[in-house]
Amino acid sequence: MSMNRREFLKIAGISTVVGLGGTAAFTKIRESALEAAQIAPNTLALKAKQWAMVIDMGKFKSEETIKKVINACHRIHNVPDIGNPKDEIKWIWTETYGHAFPGQEHKYMSEDMMHKPFLLLCNHCTNPACVRVCPTKATFKRKDGIVMQDMHRCIGCRFCMAACPFGARSFNYRDPRGKDANGNPFIKEENKEYPTRMIGVVEKCTFCVERIEKGLKPACVEESNGALVFGDLDDPNSEVRKILGSTYTVRRKPELGTEPNVYYVIGGNGYAIVPELL
Amino acid sequence: MLEKALVGGKRYWTWVFFLLAIIGIGFIAYLKQFTYGLGITGLSRDVSWGLYIGQFTFLVGVAASGVMLVLPYYLHNFKQFGKITILGEFLAISAVTMCILFIFVDMGQPMRIMNVILHPTPNSIMFWDALVLSVYLALNVIVGWVVLGSDRKGVAPPKWVKPLIYLSIAWAPSIHTVTAFLYAGIPGRHYWLSAIMAARFLASAFSGGPALLIILALIIRKYTKFDPGKEAIQTLGKIVTYFMITNVFFFGLEFFTAFYSGIPGHQHPFYYLFAGMDGHAELVPLMWTSIILAIVSIFILIFPAARRNESILAVASAMVFISLWIDKGFGLIIGGFVPNMFEKVTGYWPTLPETLITLGVWATGFLVLTILYKIAVSVREETAGVEIEH
Ligand code: SF4
Ligand code: SF4
Ligand code: SF4
Repeated sequence: MSMNRREFLKIAGISTVVGLGGTAAFTKIRESALEAAQIAPNTLALKAKQWAMVIDMGKFKSEETIKKVINACHRIHNVPDIGNPKDEIKWIWTETYGHAFPGQEHKYMSEDMMHKPFLLLCNHCTNPACVRVCPTKATFKRKDGIVMQDMHRCIGCRFCMAACPFGARSFNYRDPRGKDANGNPFIKEENKEYPTRMIGVVEKCTFCVERIEKGLKPACVEESNGALVFGDLDDPNSEVRKILGSTYTVRRKPELGTEPNVYYVIGGNGYAIVPELL
Repeated sequence: MLEKALVGGKRYWTWVFFLLAIIGIGFIAYLKQFTYGLGITGLSRDVSWGLYIGQFTFLVGVAASGVMLVLPYYLHNFKQFGKITILGEFLAISAVTMCILFIFVDMGQPMRIMNVILHPTPNSIMFWDALVLSVYLALNVIVGWVVLGSDRKGVAPPKWVKPLIYLSIAWAPSIHTVTAFLYAGIPGRHYWLSAIMAARFLASAFSGGPALLIILALIIRKYTKFDPGKEAIQTLGKIVTYFMITNVFFFGLEFFTAFYSGIPGHQHPFYYLFAGMDGHAELVPLMWTSIILAIVSIFILIFPAARRNESILAVASAMVFISLWIDKGFGLIIGGFVPNMFEKVTGYWPTLPETLITLGVWATGFLVLTILYKIAVSVREETAGVEIEH
């Protein structure tokens, strides 16, 4: 494991603070004041250094739940249904194991594993390739680790789509506020509380920033019956950290160095999760 | 000097109006795309760049190739290129114009193009590409115009252009290197993630560009009183030959690494492009045309006797140009997107509006080229026989 100087100092600092007890509380207060000021003066907001998600495939008992999860996200975020795969917009969707983890499959895998629908979404990478290539900073990484899109700045060059190794981004090839040939709107029921997008910009999962700011967990997490777990990677006591510390998890294409922050518990039957954590 | 573009014979005006007609059709198609969205093209969530970006990439190479005329003249005192460096510089101007237009028509929100300047982002290669291309365009406009203007007056060009000329020589490889970096620095796209991408780009640019210059020089000789010079054309032929061989060699290196290593991800784009995959084989005939043209053209060009025959040279140059156009203007971009990030195959083929827009941009480039060459040739016709040391 490699650790750069800053990370080392941070950990060293944290250990000292833990030792000093009282000062820890003080530091914590100062830190949260700082964080809040950086985002918005909002006391409800959930806070983190790096939001992350664990997707526990073993906990999806039915395809129904998976559909509910996807629909919840797409409905509240006004994700249009264009009706053809070419112009498709999706924030969260499923692929089989072989497509979610290309190169990892083998032909002796159980049928169940081979066909299980894995949920995919933006990984809110620690070192995101999409942010690196964007020529306008229209896609950027927030202080809490969420990789965001500024729809009013995006020029629609699609460099970020070429760069994202996870196919997490969709481009509005059609006007999402428009209608199909039969006059049906692409957005079936518009959620007035969330903005619709314009034609010609790129969009993707936002880790539900609008909900986090209200103190709510992401919509997909809420609908998942415990299969999706959301939390701060930087907090050793967070639910995600507890799972990562006790269960074997994998990420998509970690070898590319983007440091994805969505982890998968692949499942099967015999994996161990400490029950009281979940 | 612009007035020279306003006087011309019937053939000149027919050609100009022909180009204007194609530009008009392309423009109408673009208006359609502007209102309907890029959904009008063959592009998709999986293949998000296509013909437009391919043309852009190819034309950056054509722009860079002007240096193949400028460099031998100024650095090696190769006199035969003296009269025609202007052809290289003006070709560069027209090529960069097309590059800018292709980027523009590819954008989802073209009205926001200034955001690249308003929010400069040095970590994006696109920022650097915009920068090097604009500077290169400016250099060629200034150098070309000033040198031609002095030639016309029969005086040596002012001293201050010399440093700009040397700068433009150094600058030319940079535009194509930076353009290669757009692709070569992207994780997870196997066809692009190659350390020799920039080298391949330069080799193909320095063969494709001069091949086009040969054809243009022969056309100029045929239809005007200005003769670019037999010796100059022959030297261009040699340049095309060496760089085309290098280009094919580099492609062979890519092929070897992908197939001897046996890494599936590296092989898949080759399978898709040259054999088809999962029932998608739309690019296979094109890619094989490119390979065959490359091999046949090299086979012709390596024989000095064949090269010396200008008609054969013209045919071989056309083959080189078409071969490289397919390889870079089409295969290179699509190969990066297929298979996609999920190892699935989504095919791509340009639609009619997309093709019309592409033709419209090419016609605009050719119109710029025609006007500039008309001016250059008129000046050369006036000053025929007078040699001015630049
Ligand atoms: S998954 Fe793709 S879009 Fe999301 S942060 Fe990573 S690189 Fe960017
Ligand atoms: S499409 Fe938008 S977000 Fe993506 S790289 Fe271009 S400007 Fe940035
Ligand atoms: S985190 Fe929010 S935006 Fe992202 S997939 Fe889940 S519901 Fe959609």
